[in-house]
Amino acid sequence: MKKGEIVQLGVKHKRYWHSNLRLTGVLLAIWFAATFGVSWFARELQALTFMGFPLPFFMAAQGALLIYVVLVGIYAWRMDKLDREFGVQEDQ
Amino acid sequence: MADLTQTQFVSRLKRYYSLYTGGVIGFVVLLSILEQMGVPNKVLGYIFLGVTVSLYAGIGILSRTSDVAEYYVAGRRIPALFNGMATAADWMSAASFIGLAGTLYVSGYDGLAFVMGWTGGFCLVALFLAPYLRKFGQFTIPDFLGARYGGDVPRMIGVFAAILCSFTYVIAQIYGLGLIVSRFTGLDFGIGVFVGLGSILFCSFLGGMRAVTWTQVSQYVILIVAYMIPVIWLSVKHTGNPVPQITYGYVLQQVTAREQVLNDPATPEGAREAEVRALFSEQQAQHEAQLRALETGGAAYLAQEKSKLENTVAVLKTYPMATPEMRAAAETRLTEFPKDIAGARMAWQTAADTERARAAPISPHAESFAAADEEGRDIKRKNFLALVLCLMVGTAALPHILMRFYTTTSVREARLSVFWSLVFISLLYITAPALAVLAKYDVYTLLVGSSFSELPSWVSAWAAVDKTLMSVTDMNRDGIVQLAEITLGGDLIVLATPEIAGLPYVVTALVAAGGLAAALSTADGLMLTIANALSHDVYYKMIDPAAPTSRRLAISKGLLLVVAICAAYVTSLKPGDILFLVGAAFSLAASAFFPALVLGIFWKRANRTGAVIGMVGGLAVCMYYMYRTYPFFGVNGSLWWDISPISAGIFGMPVGFIGVICGSLLTRAPAPQIQALVDRVRYPRLVTDIEVEKG
Repeated sequence: MKKGEIVQLGVKHKRYWHSNLRLTGVLLAIWFAATFGVSWFARELQALTFMGFPLPFFMAAQGALLIYVVLVGIYAWRMDKLDREFGVQEDQ
Repeated sequence: MADLTQTQFVSRLKRYYSLYTGGVIGFVVLLSILEQMGVPNKVLGYIFLGVTVSLYAGIGILSRTSDVAEYYVAGRRIPALFNGMATAADWMSAASFIGLAGTLYVSGYDGLAFVMGWTGGFCLVALFLAPYLRKFGQFTIPDFLGARYGGDVPRMIGVFAAILCSFTYVIAQIYGLGLIVSRFTGLDFGIGVFVGLGSILFCSFLGGMRAVTWTQVSQYVILIVAYMIPVIWLSVKHTGNPVPQITYGYVLQQVTAREQVLNDPATPEGAREAEVRALFSEQQAQHEAQLRALETGGAAYLAQEKSKLENTVAVLKTYPMATPEMRAAAETRLTEFPKDIAGARMAWQTAADTERARAAPISPHAESFAAADEEGRDIKRKNFLALVLCLMVGTAALPHILMRFYTTTSVREARLSVFWSLVFISLLYITAPALAVLAKYDVYTLLVGSSFSELPSWVSAWAAVDKTLMSVTDMNRDGIVQLAEITLGGDLIVLATPEIAGLPYVVTALVAAGGLAAALSTADGLMLTIANALSHDVYYKMIDPAAPTSRRLAISKGLLLVVAICAAYVTSLKPGDILFLVGAAFSLAASAFFPALVLGIFWKRANRTGAVIGMVGGLAVCMYYMYRTYPFFGVNGSLWWDISPISAGIFGMPVGFIGVICGSLLTRAPAPQIQALVDRVRYPRLVTDIEVEKG
């Protein structure tokens, strides 16, 4: 087939894309809460401490970063599984 | 190496870079032995910079290439782990390496916006861009805009925006480069700039992306080792634990306790602090009175003040009790006296502002959005969130970062490589706040309260280098250092940590080499982005699509030279401050690229009209707000919702999204071929899919 030729997408393809969107949405929600949720309420959370830090300080300096790494890791791992499940993985 | 399989290639790379890391450590050990034998510091500094720079140039020569795919995207066979390291080095600039810990030292919690913003953006890269751009598999970001939206207009806007934000950013890097080279070798700033540039050119000129990639990997090793050693040492010194990230929470508690003591006039130490602050208040009042007198008295008042000073100098000359220092001080005041009304207004206003800041009590490091009243706290919170968002979205839109994900072998590897990038980047970003707190603890406990007669040696050493970085003046003449008497520039923190921790000079030189690596690696990536946008997108795609490979590469390399010379020239004019330049680049990228790129992948209905309106609109709003509010441009317009100019992207982004959406809905849906392209990008493999990258 040539570049730009149209491939009819099957049901499977649509399900793959929806699973991808769902995963992306969930991870994005966690990303948003860890970043903007915690920062918005930083003053209210100020009194809580974790490992000697005030909680908002810990979150902004370390917690959020660790969450980001985990999120990106989960995405790479889940998408790899999804690719195989739906047979859209690349040939090695 | 072309005949190796990918697995062999990876294992060979791992072996090379393990050897290399061992070599770096061995080299540091060797130099510390030389230092023990009495080799002077200056020579050590030269050896350090000389060896690392020629190392990068050497890698550049070894990776030279005349193949288009090798030159633009390193042959698309960079393994995820190594692309992660290269991206991390590409990403972490002089501002991250030198400036970040200093910003955190100065602004405490509020500075953490940079830490979150510069890491969290990679979530957006992973979820929205990297895998899809890899699947698209061309050479540049304007390439994607051109193919997805069709026609030269979106591509052209992409080229313009890519050059605008990369050029702004590269100037900040070259500026940092010049500072480091000149400070550690004693060369002139301008020469420093050209030495640094020379090594960048050597590397990217011969081998393009391929050479830049392998140099960046080796630069990452140097910069991370250089950042970690002093912090770990400082942590062991203060907490007995070599993992600063775990223990500095308790150090932070001690810092907070110290802040309370020093802020409380009822304690003896607090009382002395209050005394010094009162002196600053007095000086501030004096300068403000002078300013008012200047408004009413004008030139006559200025002349009168000047003659008073001349009088003092004359009297001191004959007065027998006057010491030479007193005479010298009076003379300096006379020579520094402002020449005209505008000069006087500016000088006195700056002085009054500085004194007002120094007369204020200490702002607590651990407290979020510390301000005098509720309104101030709300403004700080708003700006914090806006800055985080701009930095994150900007991260996910800077072409020199996105371009790196074209170089992996597959979509799968692209996803993994974002993960590795974030791991390697977080390593430094998680350490920087620890460094800031540890350094603050040192200053608050060891320096404050010590006697002026026995200041630590690093204080006098740095005060001799630059008064704005470090100076201590005994304001209330009690012979003891108060916190309010210390001026400490943020950039000092990283550069002076080895000395604060009492480490040998070799570590200082290593830190300088690390800062140099950070600035060079980022500048490398940026200059390549600019040159590629011009040679690939403008020349090859728009002017002469029939151009033979050799001419395309020749043009690319020629443009690289031109870009380097332009960048060096603009940098030598010393425009604006580094942090603003960096922030501006992020806001510009976020406004121009992010909406069009993401909607291009996730919304098939997005079309050319929408993309053009969105990109132009977003960019225009962002640039207008910067022009209007940043003092450098002299307009000094009012702020919108109190948002500071560094976060101008917060207005550009929504305009960009709205522009793409409205523009697309009002015009016809894109052609079926374009929609098929979107499908092709979304699936790592479509049943009858073919690889376009070969064409």
